Amino acid sequence: MTTPLLSLQGLTKAYPGVVANDQVSFDIGEGEVHALLGENGAGKSTLVKMIYGLVKPDSGTMLLRGQPFAPPEPRSARADGIAMVFQHFSLFDALNVAENIALGMENPPPMGDLASRIREVSEAYGLPLDPFRTVGDLSAGERQRVEIIRCLLQDPKLLIMDEPTSVLTPQEVDILFETLNKLRSEGTSILYISHKLEEIRTLCDHATILRLGKNVGECVPAETSARDMAEMMVGSTLQTPERSGRDFGGVALDVTGLSVPSPSEFGTALKNIHMTVRKGEVLGIGGVAGNGQDELLGVLSGEILTAADAIKFNGQRIGKLGPTARRKLGVLTAPEERLGHAAAPDMSLTENALLTGSVRERLESNGFLKWAETKSFAEKIISAFDVRTPGPENAARSLSGGNLQKFVIGREVLQNPDVLVVNQPTWGVDAAAAAAIRQAILDLAAKGTAVVCISQDLDELMEISDSFAALNEGRLSAPRPTTGLTVDEIGLMMGGAHGMEVAHV
Amino acid sequence: MDLGEINPVLLVASLMVAATPLLLAAIGELVVEKAGVLNLGVEGMMIVGAISGFAISVETGSPWLGFVAAAIGGAVLSLLFVLLTQVALANQVASGLALTLFGLGFSALMGQSYVGVKPPSMGDIHIPVLSDIPVIGPILFQHDPILYVGIALTAAVWATLKYTRVGLILRAVGENHDAAHALGYKVIKIRVMAILFGGACAGLGGAYISLIRVPQWTEGMTAGVGWIALALVVFASWKPWRALLGAYLFGGITVLQLNLQAAGVAIPVEYLAMSPYIITILVLVILSADKSSAPAALGRIFHASH
Repeated sequence: MTTPLLSLQGLTKAYPGVVANDQVSFDIGEGEVHALLGENGAGKSTLVKMIYGLVKPDSGTMLLRGQPFAPPEPRSARADGIAMVFQHFSLFDALNVAENIALGMENPPPMGDLASRIREVSEAYGLPLDPFRTVGDLSAGERQRVEIIRCLLQDPKLLIMDEPTSVLTPQEVDILFETLNKLRSEGTSILYISHKLEEIRTLCDHATILRLGKNVGECVPAETSARDMAEMMVGSTLQTPERSGRDFGGVALDVTGLSVPSPSEFGTALKNIHMTVRKGEVLGIGGVAGNGQDELLGVLSGEILTAADAIKFNGQRIGKLGPTARRKLGVLTAPEERLGHAAAPDMSLTENALLTGSVRERLESNGFLKWAETKSFAEKIISAFDVRTPGPENAARSLSGGNLQKFVIGREVLQNPDVLVVNQPTWGVDAAAAAAIRQAILDLAAKGTAVVCISQDLDELMEISDSFAALNEGRLSAPRPTTGLTVDEIGLMMGGAHGMEVAHV
Repeated sequence: MDLGEINPVLLVASLMVAATPLLLAAIGELVVEKAGVLNLGVEGMMIVGAISGFAISVETGSPWLGFVAAAIGGAVLSLLFVLLTQVALANQVASGLALTLFGLGFSALMGQSYVGVKPPSMGDIHIPVLSDIPVIGPILFQHDPILYVGIALTAAVWATLKYTRVGLILRAVGENHDAAHALGYKVIKIRVMAILFGGACAGLGGAYISLIRVPQWTEGMTAGVGWIALALVVFASWKPWRALLGAYLFGGITVLQLNLQAAGVAIPVEYLAMSPYIITILVLVILSADKSSAPAALGRIFHASH
């Protein structure tokens, strides 16, 4: 057997109060795409930080091609051929692409040479990039290209990718996978961290699964079902959300002839949207990001005002009502962006609970806040939705993405809405948390709430929605019952070949 | 009133002298802010530099040693700021204000025995041929050496920030310290170096006032130049050449209004006295109307956490 590229042996790292990694061992072979799977907080990030030299292990050893490997800092890890693409991009907005790339290199060539090298490499891997554009003006996909090219210019032996696809559109994911396959064929090993099990099944050769800091199993993803992998991650049988046959009530939300321009410069205007949602019905809205999802949420939440009769709630015209007035009536929303839109990052969970719950939960009286009631409301959300946090006094920012998402969704669900609109409810959330959130949405619908679920995850929409419509360039297709809908039909609703264009690499 | 008494050549030559303390302090603070640190203690570091330089040059008889001592004095005071903000992670605004108050008081204590003393003179340089050119000679080539140090420093800071790797890393730290840390750069170390550089520059600027411009020691003699330097950095959009332009504009109008006062122009003295501030700010506000380029991490505390 050949020597693996990188061999981890009994790595342990403890922080006060928590063992992030406990005796983790596995090997990454040459030219292998190795997946690292685990729930939020399973210790994936700590592990890769140790490989990249950002964190020192308490005990355990690493062998790189059979030689002891203990990078004291990222610089020496880079010198040994380890490169990393971060989950939250480590880019400098005010600097241009070439400067950003130079910062990640040990001995960068002069700017002129570097720029031509960037052009060369970016074209060779099908990731076109202008070296002199300011990074702040780039899209999420383009920013990731900058990070990848920064790594590729150093000719890495091992490329670590931390949740690379969570910010990409499906087309961008296709391009990324082509690039990664090309790298693999050239002999580069890749350590790939993701929640998206189907992605891992198509891309990865081997997978290691972490749970609570321990290595709990390995598998060959192509031969293992996504469900089995998810259960290994969670450590228990995964509950598939159940939906019981329901009878729908009368129309709760009625949108007719809705057209609004987008408030942001690069947004998509909504054009003549019609839809109705009945009590107890879940309407799934699919489509590629940037086709009007954010605008649709804004219109339904009251952040964007429209003609009064464009939106009706139980027959009442609410198009001109703001968010607070709509909340009072029972129309609640949970937007996509957790930090900054759905929750205030530096405020505590109690304060965040107050921000949307004050009207319906009666958390204020005569302008004074009722902190005791607010705190118990926050605690109720935390226990009902299994939000893992030391307590409601912690800042929203301190929670992992999945936990904060559970809190944000739970906060709306527990206010007993008559209409609930959610955008990307399980974005960047691990399988167990996603299942819990979907179940909560279905339970809510079973109690008679009309739910609009905007998502880019088609599997999710198929699982929970009763009817499906697609947003395409600000237009909404006519909703159709989900049962019996085929993938081809969905593709056509999303804009057909136009929306599904294969990337040219 | 006799405007004819104002000699344009002398006016331009003296505006450069008036502008140099401001320029030195502003260039130092510009580097500090580019590294993402807001040090409001410029005034305090200047006055400590002014008395350190004054005392040492009186004791040793060498203005050169005085300027070296001034740079060291300013840097030593900025170490206090380093301790507060980079080690103890205290708030930068409060620490900077404290530094100014401390510097003003401490310099008064240090300078008690130097009031009324005359410092050794540095003397102007004289370059054969160049200094003898009429008009241009007295304006450009008959100054003390520190004035040229100020201009050279501006050019050096500009070139370093724009063309060198050190400059790129400094800007990166000021832009996003978390990302710089993730890439393996020593955020705290880089910031400490920048703060010390800023302190040394402010010290030089202070000593320029006490040794060349005035030259004598009085309490609180920097008279707010440090605060103007802080404003100058912002209105110059963190660009070294614009800081130079702003400093010369401010110096020029200061000198001009003094000349106008002396010539007895029929404008109330108060208006003349406020004119340098108003005109400098107006011009730089207009200049900075393009995309403002404040370092994104300016004033934010960095704490490595993982």
